[in-house]
Amino acid sequence: MSTILDVKDLVVKFDTIDGIVNAVNGISFHLDEGETLAIVGESGSGKTVSMLSLLGLLPSPPARIEQGKALFKQKEGYIDLLKQNYHILSDIRGGEIGFIFQDPVTSLNPILTIGQQITETIIRHLGKSRNEARFLAFELLEKVGIANPIVRFKQYPFQLSGGMRQRVMIAIAVACNPKIVIADEPTTALDVTIQAQIIELFKQLRETLHMATIWISHDLGVVATLADRVLVMYGGRIVESAKVEDLYEKPLHPYTIGLIGAVPGINSRGSKKLISIPGSPPDLMIPINHCPFAWRCNEVEAKCWENIPTLHQIEEDHEVACFLHESAKVY
Amino acid sequence: MSMDLPLISVENLKKYFYLQSGLLGTKDIVVKAVDGVSFDIYRGETLGLVGESGCGKSTTGRTILQLYKPTDGRVIFDGIDIVNTNSHELHKLRTRFQIVFQDPYASLNPRHSIKRIISEPIIIHHLLHGKELDDRVAELMNLVGLNPVYMNRFPHEFSGGQRQRIMIARALSVNPDFLVCDEPISALDVSIQAQVVNLLEELQEKLNVAYLFITHDMRMVKHISHRIAVMYLGKIVELANCNDLYETPLHPYTQFLMSAVPLPNPKQEKLKKRKILKGEPPSPINPPKGCVFYTRCPYASDKCNFSSPELREIKPNHKVACHLFES
Amino acid sequence: MQNKYTITTSDSLLDLQISLWDKIKRIVRLLWRDRIAIFGLLIFMSVVFAAVFAPWLTPYQPLSQNLYASKLPPAWIKGGSWDHPFGTDNLGRDMFSRIIYGARVSLGVSFVGALIAATIGVFLGSLAAFIGGRVDEIIMAPINLVLSLPYLLFVVFIASVLGRSLINVILIFGVTNSPIFARVTRGEVLRIRQSAYVESAISAGAGWLRILIIHILPNLVGPLVTLISFQISAMIFYESGLGFIGLSVPPTIPSWGNMLAEGRRYLTSYPWLTTFPGLAIMYTSLGMNLLGDWIRDISDPRIRRARR
Repeated sequence: MSTILDVKDLVVKFDTIDGIVNAVNGISFHLDEGETLAIVGESGSGKTVSMLSLLGLLPSPPARIEQGKALFKQKEGYIDLLKQNYHILSDIRGGEIGFIFQDPVTSLNPILTIGQQITETIIRHLGKSRNEARFLAFELLEKVGIANPIVRFKQYPFQLSGGMRQRVMIAIAVACNPKIVIADEPTTALDVTIQAQIIELFKQLRETLHMATIWISHDLGVVATLADRVLVMYGGRIVESAKVEDLYEKPLHPYTIGLIGAVPGINSRGSKKLISIPGSPPDLMIPINHCPFAWRCNEVEAKCWENIPTLHQIEEDHEVACFLHESAKVY
Repeated sequence: MSMDLPLISVENLKKYFYLQSGLLGTKDIVVKAVDGVSFDIYRGETLGLVGESGCGKSTTGRTILQLYKPTDGRVIFDGIDIVNTNSHELHKLRTRFQIVFQDPYASLNPRHSIKRIISEPIIIHHLLHGKELDDRVAELMNLVGLNPVYMNRFPHEFSGGQRQRIMIARALSVNPDFLVCDEPISALDVSIQAQVVNLLEELQEKLNVAYLFITHDMRMVKHISHRIAVMYLGKIVELANCNDLYETPLHPYTQFLMSAVPLPNPKQEKLKKRKILKGEPPSPINPPKGCVFYTRCPYASDKCNFSSPELREIKPNHKVACHLFES
Repeated sequence: MQNKYTITTSDSLLDLQISLWDKIKRIVRLLWRDRIAIFGLLIFMSVVFAAVFAPWLTPYQPLSQNLYASKLPPAWIKGGSWDHPFGTDNLGRDMFSRIIYGARVSLGVSFVGALIAATIGVFLGSLAAFIGGRVDEIIMAPINLVLSLPYLLFVVFIASVLGRSLINVILIFGVTNSPIFARVTRGEVLRIRQSAYVESAISAGAGWLRILIIHILPNLVGPLVTLISFQISAMIFYESGLGFIGLSVPPTIPSWGNMLAEGRRYLTSYPWLTTFPGLAIMYTSLGMNLLGDWIRDISDPRIRRARR
């Protein structure tokens, strides 16, 4: 398995009238070919901002990538996504890296037909003729499970339901057989049964197209069913990184433990109070030099206030940024 | 927990919306949002009402509280038929049932201090004044875990979870027996959801309030409810005790619903054979003539196309509306 | 170990004790960033000042004629004197004084006119939105009709029928501008009426009167103030338009529009007769527009945040 994306020390800030928002505070991770990496976090954790910054999708100003490298493997070798200009990035977007947004209502152009939006991508990145692109589009629509693709091709987004729109978004994202697909909470806005359909579809596509996926979510159930590895983000930092089974069976970071405990699992009513994490997500405008989770941590100690913890490897493929686990091998 | 007579009895409740379309408003479209819903809620218990978007659960909650005038049916609250009671009586009864809304960002008037927001129901019903009112607001804020010092601040200074607490404080201000919670946690972060749910459970124990907990979150509803009703396209398809429903879901739709929920357990998830429900729900404008689930049900027969099944008690405390269970 | 830190901090912005001084500093900072808006405010205030203190600011009466001193150019041109800084018109009336006094008419007509328009429009719009149904259709039909007519032609027609007088001009503007207020109010009331906090108030048992006064009206203030400021600026233009064709206030009252009309004949020979009233109109309108822009921006919380 070779590494297809290697992000190092990514820092993203926003310059606003009230101050500087430290959205992403130095994250590093890698993505291997064909694997599914889930990024878990709540609002303000930086999960969406970090992915958008990789593809140059953040408006800057006010966004600013202060430092970091994002090495993406292409045929010729690795290139640093953060240093590329608009044209190169727009070639990569949709071509080699697909993006699925959260809200299909606003992410599809309401005045273009479905067909136009899919063929636009195909023509742009694969250089096919209009007719070839149409044919491919029909195939794609079928592949993502849309019945009557020829009829749907000519329809506008408002004529489709939420689930179908999301399928179209997936179709656009995978149209050019990208190496990576970044999906930002694609099922959050959907009903449970439709979500199950989309997840099932995604699993099929994953197998046939051999693509690597970054799946952003706050839903620990969805993550459990899809991911190979998981990153947990809090306050713009990665606080834990593990294989999915390890994360759920042996969570190490108090935030992870709290998140898992906050989701009612198989227990029925009244058997266990949900673990609730007191307080609320941090204000990213206040620069800190202590653990960002210290305010809300049940196991906080004096040393947590003195320094920012970094990711330490505890066992193979399991890292955590927490002073409680300092004694393990330094990464 | 449950006493002999239910606190609320909903009988065959219907709410249709009439829309006009066509050039001159000639074509009348009927949206059958709630189409014959019946259940009871007992004092101090939580009835979960689940379903996906468009099933009519929110409309049901609002219609029960007479925020919409029902098209048909009755709602008996503590022995009084609140559908057919005069507006004066209804106004007085409103102190006994309240609602908590979904969106904590839009449900609070941005120009009012939270003291004003929390005390509004009290003021409307002329229950307290002056210092007594202030004391009551402070008491309510403490009850929901907010510091009364912040009484004079404005909604935008609070986080989503705190705003939800403000709404809960407001709803409880008049000591209701019954609270409709319409997706109260959907707009909140996961860790905050747990806080609010814990709070609701605490309050139920302390104050013996009954809840109608409307949600699409299958995991959370299991945690908080005593009994659960499953809705599809304006009808209740299954109604059972919480554990019974999850252990032995009878209605095909309920089975699909349960199967679709991803559990936070990777090993189980990888092994799970999921039943995927195909297709899309039909629109409530053109519900199928027979059983509402006919178009997507893998077990459907001709009978299902022509006649709509009644909600029948198949096992003790377990009702299903499905022809498969009629012998 | 229970975290004792949690409740005291990080919960929200609540714990930032914002003192009055901080608030003032913040407003000043906002204003400085919108320097152009300050400019608008200053312009506006200067015009109001001129209108209010006209008698003390002007050396001459605006109507006093002095045919010996007629058609004098402004002071900085050969032939003029600082006695009459802006020159005199064909009847020897001091231009400077007339411009200052003209501010009274322009502001008076537009302010009072806007007030009348707002009162009528808000009332009708709220009624239409609140009651809905047939009443809504009955009220909005003539309003939409008026809105679709070319405004100036409409006003001209009415003015020519009613004749010239100050009262007439104010009334005409008041009535003909009410449709836009009605439409905006109706839209806002409909929007607010559907909002979640109104629904919450209804579920708590609030009657429609309470909802109107406590929930709807306060939230109308922002859009209405914005609209009023833009309408005032528009009415200044319209008054001068009317004056230019001789349908505004009678010639005995100095108004910028009248001055434009009187000076038209001398456009090429004595251009200052029209230049100064024209500049005055531009100046005042500019000020009102900038001010209106700023008010609209600060009263809409979404735009307020995005202006960074």
